[in-house]
Amino acid sequence: MNAHAPSSPGLFDCRDAYSRTLEALAAADPRIVAVVNDSVGSSKLGKFRDRFPERLINVGIAEQNMVGVGAGLANGGKIPFVSGAACFLTARALEQIKADVAYSAANVKLCGISSGVAYGELGATHHSIEDLAWLRPMRGLTVIVPSDPWETAEAVKAAAASDQPTFIRISRMPVPELEHRTPFQIGKAEIMREGQDVAIIATGTLVHRALAAAELLAAEGVSARVINMATIAPLDEAAIIAAAADCGAIVTAEEHVVRGGLGGAVAEVVTQNQPVAMRILGFDGFQPTGSAEWLMERAGLTAKGVAAAARDLVAQKTR
Amino acid sequence: MKALDARREDVAAGRVERVRERANWMRRRSLQMIYEAGQGHPGGDLSATDVLAALYFGVMRFDPAAPAASDRDRFIMSKGHCTGALYTALAGAGFFPEAELSTYLQPNSRLNGHPNRTYLPGVETNTGPLGHGLPVAVGVAIAAQVDGADYRTFVLTGDGELQEGSMWEAAMLAGHRKLGGLTAIIDRNRLQQGARTEDTNALEPLADKWRAFGWEVVEVNGHDHAALLSVLDAPATPRQQPRCVIANTIKGYGISFMHDQARWHHGVPNAEQYAQAQAELADGKDLA
Repeated sequence: MNAHAPSSPGLFDCRDAYSRTLEALAAADPRIVAVVNDSVGSSKLGKFRDRFPERLINVGIAEQNMVGVGAGLANGGKIPFVSGAACFLTARALEQIKADVAYSAANVKLCGISSGVAYGELGATHHSIEDLAWLRPMRGLTVIVPSDPWETAEAVKAAAASDQPTFIRISRMPVPELEHRTPFQIGKAEIMREGQDVAIIATGTLVHRALAAAELLAAEGVSARVINMATIAPLDEAAIIAAAADCGAIVTAEEHVVRGGLGGAVAEVVTQNQPVAMRILGFDGFQPTGSAEWLMERAGLTAKGVAAAARDLVAQKTR
Repeated sequence: MKALDARREDVAAGRVERVRERANWMRRRSLQMIYEAGQGHPGGDLSATDVLAALYFGVMRFDPAAPAASDRDRFIMSKGHCTGALYTALAGAGFFPEAELSTYLQPNSRLNGHPNRTYLPGVETNTGPLGHGLPVAVGVAIAAQVDGADYRTFVLTGDGELQEGSMWEAAMLAGHRKLGGLTAIIDRNRLQQGARTEDTNALEPLADKWRAFGWEVVEVNGHDHAALLSVLDAPATPRQQPRCVIANTIKGYGISFMHDQARWHHGVPNAEQYAQAQAELADGKDLA
């Protein structure tokens, strides 16, 4: 039993969905390869390595080279899934992601493992809560933040089927399987709950918390729309504008700093199209040591915290 | 050895002469591009020209009409600022019309200051920031190794560029994986942007460094076309050592007043200098 197994029944580690899906894809398509930085275990690619030893390329602890090698493999006709801890993959190799992958339009799939504050106790060097801010502006780079195992699997399949450079943020923080009513589509927001008083736009590990917040709000007579914004780039602007027009207030929630991530992306659309009051929930900067759950609690990234922000906005709207 | 003998016959049949003629044309044309654009990197273009001429007009297998053919030999310009040399090679090889060279650095030209594969055929990856080309070339060579393909991957790096750590990450992996289809050519002109490499952050003993990383190392006069052809045109040897060709070159080679001068790293000749440069290239003397 590893330390990161589900903390309670019904909760899942999205890395399992990632590795399972990648293996299935690789069995059907010889072009699929995995590239890792000594991260076979942390990417849960042990079985992939055993089944496809030639197609697991371990570059050692060298993230810049890992991303460049990924671009070269794409040039050679492969579909590389480049997997490493999100903090190192995105920060250390940022220029390679920009020049070799996004700007070169190389068919590389970057998988940022254990994103956000999943490595809670290890501290801010190992947290990846700035990655959306530095990847989101790169034109042509698709950025996906799945909310649960099903969506992780769908995102991996969609990325493999697309020829676009793609970043997928894969959490190890235990999350429940959510009820999805619409098929996953890159660039398309999912309305998970209808509502008119306030819209909660969440991504990744915050989606299930947003749904729980909507339950709390409903008990008080506040009707909250919950939008799962799994794709951060390209952004579903129409869904945001509609939410602003219909609800008149928007709360965003993400496992990321409050500058430049989902909240910033939504604000760019709202302020220029349908200005409404907003609250951006996330981390305020480098985080101290502590468990991931404790850090989320501390930042108000909980059902209660999201509900409180929504409640404030609704009160402000009706004043 | 039959293949090697055939190549020697090829050389005898005029391949060297063709490369020499093409290199002279590349020098004249790239200087014209820089003069007309009022910008460029003539020093590095001129030191790299003979290597590119040997590759594109004597060594590599490719079809400019099918630039994405899976079995093509690949060339990656890791020192991405030397587009005068790269674009003249690509145009001369037929990837795009020679007339387009006159658009160099103009607004919306496909001929960027640094190469862009998304709109210019023949460019394999976008380079410009240093330290990127070798890792990508290593990835291409791994793809060939996994597939058992025999296409070859060539990458030209600057010597100053070897101060970037990512180059050694890639060199280490290529040696470890025995990427016999990979040839890294170092444009060893001993000058970086502002000063001599050995005065800035010394590279020597350079051959020993590559050997220590598991590479076969060959040193060659980077302006000797016959020598370049014989060194570069080796078949891919899967699962043997990758090859490092240290091409000893002179920055600004071919133009007397640019020879070995760091200030011509980027620089534009005035009208008088330009006329002199073209005259020096036109008198047809054997530069090597």
